[in-house]
Amino acid sequence: MRRERVPIVVAVLATIGAAFFILPLLGLIVRSPWGDAIKALTAPETIEALKLSMIASLSATLIGVVLGVPLAWVFARVEFPGRNLLRALTTLPMVLPPVVGGIALLLAFGRRGLVGSWLDTTFGITLPFTTAGVVMAETFVAMPFLIITVEAGLRSMDRRYEEAARTLGAKRWRVFTRVTLPLIGPSLFAGAVLCWARALGEFGATITFAGNFPGVTQTMPLAVYLLLETNQEASYILSLVLLLISLLVLVALRHRWLGSA
Amino acid sequence: MGRMRNRVLLVCVATALVTACGGSAAPTATTLSGTAFIFAAASLTDSFKALGTAFQTAHPGTALQFNFAGSPTLVTQIEQGASADVFASADITNMDKMKTDGFTAGTSQVFAHNKLTIVVAAGNPRGITGLADLAKPGVIYITAAKTVPAGKYALQILANSGVKVTPRSLETDVKSVVGKIQLGEADAGIVYTTDVIAAGSKVQGVPIPDSVNVIATYPIVTVKGARNAELADAFIADVLSADGQAKLKSFGFLPAS
Amino acid sequence: MSLDAAVRLTLGALALDIGLAIEEGEVVALLGPNGAGKTTLLRAIAGLVPITSGHVRLDGKVLEDAATGDYVPTEARPIGFVFQDYLLFPHLSVLDNVSFGLRSRGTPPRDASEKAARWLELVGLNSYARAKPNELSGGQRQRVALARALAPDPRLLLLDEPLAALDVTTRAEVRRDLKRHLASFPGLRLVVTHDPIEAVALADRLVVMENGKLVQTGTPGEVTERPRSQYVADLVGVNLLAGHADHGLVHLTGGSVVAAAAAESGEVFAVIHPRAVALHQRRPEGSPRNVWPGRIKGVEMMGGRVRVRIAGDVPVVAEVTPAALKELNLDEGAEVWLSFKATDVGVYPA
Repeated sequence: MRRERVPIVVAVLATIGAAFFILPLLGLIVRSPWGDAIKALTAPETIEALKLSMIASLSATLIGVVLGVPLAWVFARVEFPGRNLLRALTTLPMVLPPVVGGIALLLAFGRRGLVGSWLDTTFGITLPFTTAGVVMAETFVAMPFLIITVEAGLRSMDRRYEEAARTLGAKRWRVFTRVTLPLIGPSLFAGAVLCWARALGEFGATITFAGNFPGVTQTMPLAVYLLLETNQEASYILSLVLLLISLLVLVALRHRWLGSA
Repeated sequence: MGRMRNRVLLVCVATALVTACGGSAAPTATTLSGTAFIFAAASLTDSFKALGTAFQTAHPGTALQFNFAGSPTLVTQIEQGASADVFASADITNMDKMKTDGFTAGTSQVFAHNKLTIVVAAGNPRGITGLADLAKPGVIYITAAKTVPAGKYALQILANSGVKVTPRSLETDVKSVVGKIQLGEADAGIVYTTDVIAAGSKVQGVPIPDSVNVIATYPIVTVKGARNAELADAFIADVLSADGQAKLKSFGFLPAS
Repeated sequence: MSLDAAVRLTLGALALDIGLAIEEGEVVALLGPNGAGKTTLLRAIAGLVPITSGHVRLDGKVLEDAATGDYVPTEARPIGFVFQDYLLFPHLSVLDNVSFGLRSRGTPPRDASEKAARWLELVGLNSYARAKPNELSGGQRQRVALARALAPDPRLLLLDEPLAALDVTTRAEVRRDLKRHLASFPGLRLVVTHDPIEAVALADRLVVMENGKLVQTGTPGEVTERPRSQYVADLVGVNLLAGHADHGLVHLTGGSVVAAAAAESGEVFAVIHPRAVALHQRRPEGSPRNVWPGRIKGVEMMGGRVRVRIAGDVPVVAEVTPAALKELNLDEGAEVWLSFKATDVGVYPA
């Protein structure tokens, strides 16, 4: 393929754009105290935060899949009054400032919340300050990513494959599991990965709704934030860990963003 | 008290000398202008805002921008390059850190003290009567993180009184603690008496006996490299003045000396 | 064993209103131009499109009845469907594709695979059992699609343009194989096609559709000898006129009168083969009573012969030799006279 010559203005702007992203990452890599990296990474608080982050984000992703796929299916396949409004609402957390999301969760599921007060008085269950609360906060902000990705996949798949399956005698559940799901596999995978990455990085809603306590609700992003005040170098190292995970996500999804080779 | 007044006098004379010797371009107190960024501990939110409004009215053409957060957060921000002109901390430790790291100009001065109290939701639904009740089963106790002065003080108070209780959350500043008590998410916390006053009827305080209580010390300083050092110094002088001290007292702060 | 369908439905701009019956032993082809509603009718029989009124009955059992509201869902109908672009499941191997229908209907995995393997052998693709559909050629995929539809032993086999996706060279060979498979299939067979060669080659009976309605039905011979619509006439390549017969004359709906030896009475179709149409530069004299002026609309070379389309009171297509073309100076737009003998006009009731 002949290389097209890049107009100078485009080259300059593109370079500035690239620098905008590369420099902060470079700064993180250069300023990190690599000598103390092992110590920072193996400190008990770090391990605790990492473990909690993994458990919470994977749980959030699992819930996201279990609840999000049916929602996506309904949005893609079923016409009903108010569908567009409902779809907009489930996408709202993507644009909502996370702290606002946290406050909304408190008002719904906090001890005096719409549902939370009932949970408290009937079952004695409180969600704030618990790991379950962390999972809820993360699910709230991350599930929309899965929903829109899977919905797009369902809309773009050739539905005639489902018809073909039906002519072969497959009932609806079998059509869904043996034909639809495999065909939207890439979308489902991408949606789940995005959901997981977003859940892993969530800060505002988590600290507002679930609070901050090591081992229970102190996820990696919260730990990094607090370390910034006490042990800056350790916070750089932990930031790098989160950065590495984000990079892995991008690599896993590169074919989606850049198109298959 | 006397020492405090001498210090104030010293600052006033020094300021006058500085402005007088500053040369033809040096502005006097009546020609203050521009903007100054005041980074102050969260517990100073309401009082400093009031001080700021009064100051700006008295000195038209000046603008004071406030940034309230937990003291350690402010230290981090300033040390990472945020442009602050004034730093007011809720404890000596954070101020010392600023000094050691070379971010202060001149000497810091104590401008207020504060006592701590237990805060509960209005009506005291859980019936908290003292520190020991914080450890009651079913009571959700939260506090600020231990690097935040309020959090550190709370730990000291609990140690002093021998009460062992694990907080359910470590907030990043004292106002968040008050906020969650207000919302009803947590039952009790240890915050400044000024915070309880500021929150009005939404919360109420349960006093901590003086024998175990801690007196918080609030120092203030001009930040090194402040863009508007004159305005910074003027504001600090205002805080330390009789007028400023009276305002702080009206918010529940204890006097500087 | 039979299929009895009376289907009325509207889908977009298409209004379908047609009755169809298929008996045991006959291969029926639905023939018609694009947009005639052939595929829609097929899909309605399969239960993929709802019918507004009418019914579908297979072997006496009601699959769908708009009046009573009975509806057997597609997956419960004993049908096999071969789609125009095959729709082989891209994520499954060829063997798993073929065994899909068996597995869906409850056959244990091992038996299903065995049976599927036997079907693959029947269509000559057993060495491709593990391959994915995208590794196969068009003709191979067609065979897999057929095997997949037949493996569950359906009662009714529906094929939607089974050869349309193939290139011309593959098509003839695959058509022969398809005819063989259709012949050995014991159930009812309905093929949709827009290709008359395909229809004639595969079917025992043709059902011609146009604009959602039945136009003509009969054996391939009957249909081609006696076309009842311009579409079929064009397919066969003859001139078709319609009118009212009156003892040796046919009064066309346009007003002109055609002398036809076989004309008796009633509404009739009149058929004239293009070779029977003679062209003249001046009004001819002599015996032919069927003489009209016309203007040449177009001239086409077709395999050594020349087809001339003429517009006028009696629009026809004439077939002449290239020599005649030169001799008569036949050009587009030229004025010309056409004639044909009364004995060359075929007449049959409309």
